Amino acid sequence: MPRLSYRRALTRALADELTRDEAVFVLGEDVQVGASLVTTGLAKRFGTERVRDTPLSEQAFTSFATGAALAGLRPVIEFQIPSLLFLVFEQIVNHAHKFPLMTGGQCSVPVTYLVPGSGSRTGWAGQHSDHPYSLFAHVGVVTVVPATPADAYGLLVTAIRHDDPVVVFAPAGAMDLRDDVDDLAPVPLGRGRIHRFGDDVTVVAIGHLVHDALAVAEEVADQVSVEVFDPRTLYPFDIDGLTESVARTGRLVVLDDANRSCGMAAEIIASVVERVPLLAPPRRVTRPDGAVLPFAPALDRAVQPGRDQLATAIHLTMKDSS
Amino acid sequence: MTDADPVRLYRTVRLIRRFEERAVELVHGGQIVGGIHPYLGQEGIAAGVCAALGADDVLAGTHRGHGHVLARGADPARMLAELCGRVTGLNAGRGGSMHAADLSIGVLGANAIVGASGAIITGAVWAHRRRGRDTVGVSFFGDGAVNEGMLLEAFNLAALWRVPVLFVCENNGYATTMPVAGAVAGSIAGRAAAFDLPAVQVDGQDPETVRVAASAAVDRMRAGGGPELIEARTYRFDAHHTFEHAVRLDDYRPPDEVTRGRARDPVRIQGERLTDADRAAVDAEVEATLDAAVRFALNSPEPDPADALTYLYASGLTARTGGG
Repeated sequence: MPRLSYRRALTRALADELTRDEAVFVLGEDVQVGASLVTTGLAKRFGTERVRDTPLSEQAFTSFATGAALAGLRPVIEFQIPSLLFLVFEQIVNHAHKFPLMTGGQCSVPVTYLVPGSGSRTGWAGQHSDHPYSLFAHVGVVTVVPATPADAYGLLVTAIRHDDPVVVFAPAGAMDLRDDVDDLAPVPLGRGRIHRFGDDVTVVAIGHLVHDALAVAEEVADQVSVEVFDPRTLYPFDIDGLTESVARTGRLVVLDDANRSCGMAAEIIASVVERVPLLAPPRRVTRPDGAVLPFAPALDRAVQPGRDQLATAIHLTMKDSS
Repeated sequence: MTDADPVRLYRTVRLIRRFEERAVELVHGGQIVGGIHPYLGQEGIAAGVCAALGADDVLAGTHRGHGHVLARGADPARMLAELCGRVTGLNAGRGGSMHAADLSIGVLGANAIVGASGAIITGAVWAHRRRGRDTVGVSFFGDGAVNEGMLLEAFNLAALWRVPVLFVCENNGYATTMPVAGAVAGSIAGRAAAFDLPAVQVDGQDPETVRVAASAAVDRMRAGGGPELIEARTYRFDAHHTFEHAVRLDDYRPPDEVTRGRARDPVRIQGERLTDADRAAVDAEVEATLDAAVRFALNSPEPDPADALTYLYASGLTARTGGG
């Protein structure tokens, strides 16, 4: 069975879609040399017309992609830094996302915004370490956060083929994962995945945190039977799949590497408690309210949700219902 | 390609003028809600520029965008129905005045975000040319947009990649109520020069002058030239937005300036190039077209609230409803 890294799975997805569909092209900063180590080799293989380096003009090249999509192409923009999404939120939300409705269905805007290395990269400090996926879910832009190499491949392929804008967050914490992958295939949007079945509590973990949740589930296995649910797509969210899980376990903890207020964890909990009664109050483990990631490694880690916090939350949830 | 027929040019400015006057009446009558940004006084720019375009070309406009859509040839009846929020409108009643679009004729839309059209058009033209068409594009914007970073980034991108976009600055002297002198350091043409964009200033009140300048630019671009800029000096005859008809703002434009500005009327200037008989025939035809447009718009059904978000996703994704 071939081993595939998460990063190479993204490269493979780009290469396969560039091969499959002439309308696909990649643009971004330093994509020809592959500074993010994702677009490596693509310019040589597909040419610099289809793998285009841009000047540092995020707003212009984001709307350039919108225009190209309106004219029938399928751009993939790579943003080297997650916080650049704050610069182009206007271009994505006010234009790319709103055009189909505002034109009364005259157009589609199939642009993929790929963010390799989202969240903390350790030591990159306040302006390189954000995880702003809840903002896109809030405005209704399709948002995916793959946790594994196979899902990184499958969700990026699906994003590129999708007729609406899609933001793909590839967490820094997952980029170097390797996995045995024998079947690369598109992964449908809005379909979660249960990585580990359990009876007592459902832990929803987003992106790289799926692996932390699995580790904690193993650690506490002699006391608590933990189910680990990976939503994979944050918008549209697989609420049916999660409801089915929580209906069995009766308990819910959400692990979300983003700020607490108005975050995905809040939305996930609200959506579940609207549908199923729980045996104990739900809990969430997140970054603090309003967090800015501090530079020093110990501080950087302190602000991110950790395994100890998750284990504590699981135990408290069990205690609350005993 | 260029349409140099003075009668057709007159018809376009006359159509926009009367369309806007009828639309203002419909705002006052309550049939158009939310108001409009009238293009009154600026008709010569849209008419002159669009007369220079061919069938494969694309444009994007501004919040003051009715003129661009009409000059490109959109159906005035469906345009008016859009302003009235009817299902028969260009955008099925989902866009209204500030987002009117007709992609079937290359109108990528009026756009309410100042300075947004430049990068979108640059991408669209680049994509069309990659797909083998001879497309050029027009990005219309006002003097207020020349201080938006997004537009200046688009100048750079278009120039750098030699994407044939005609950037048309409609300098009507005011960004809402802010005079150019209070907002623009340097000059508009100077911004173009910084990116090596050829730039000309033209009298935007003369439709034929605009047409000649735009045609020359389009010819150069089609022959392989890069983007260019036209600064068309114009004057807004009416309010920034029709809310000013109801809420009187302090005189931000001196009365004698308004009088002088209105004296240079693009409809009259172009009309004087026609015989009285030709002009009367055009006027009558435009009036009949707009009578029919108003009837069509007001007799068209309103959209069903159950379909409010029908077009939200091109992919067919359906959103959760907001009810409890």
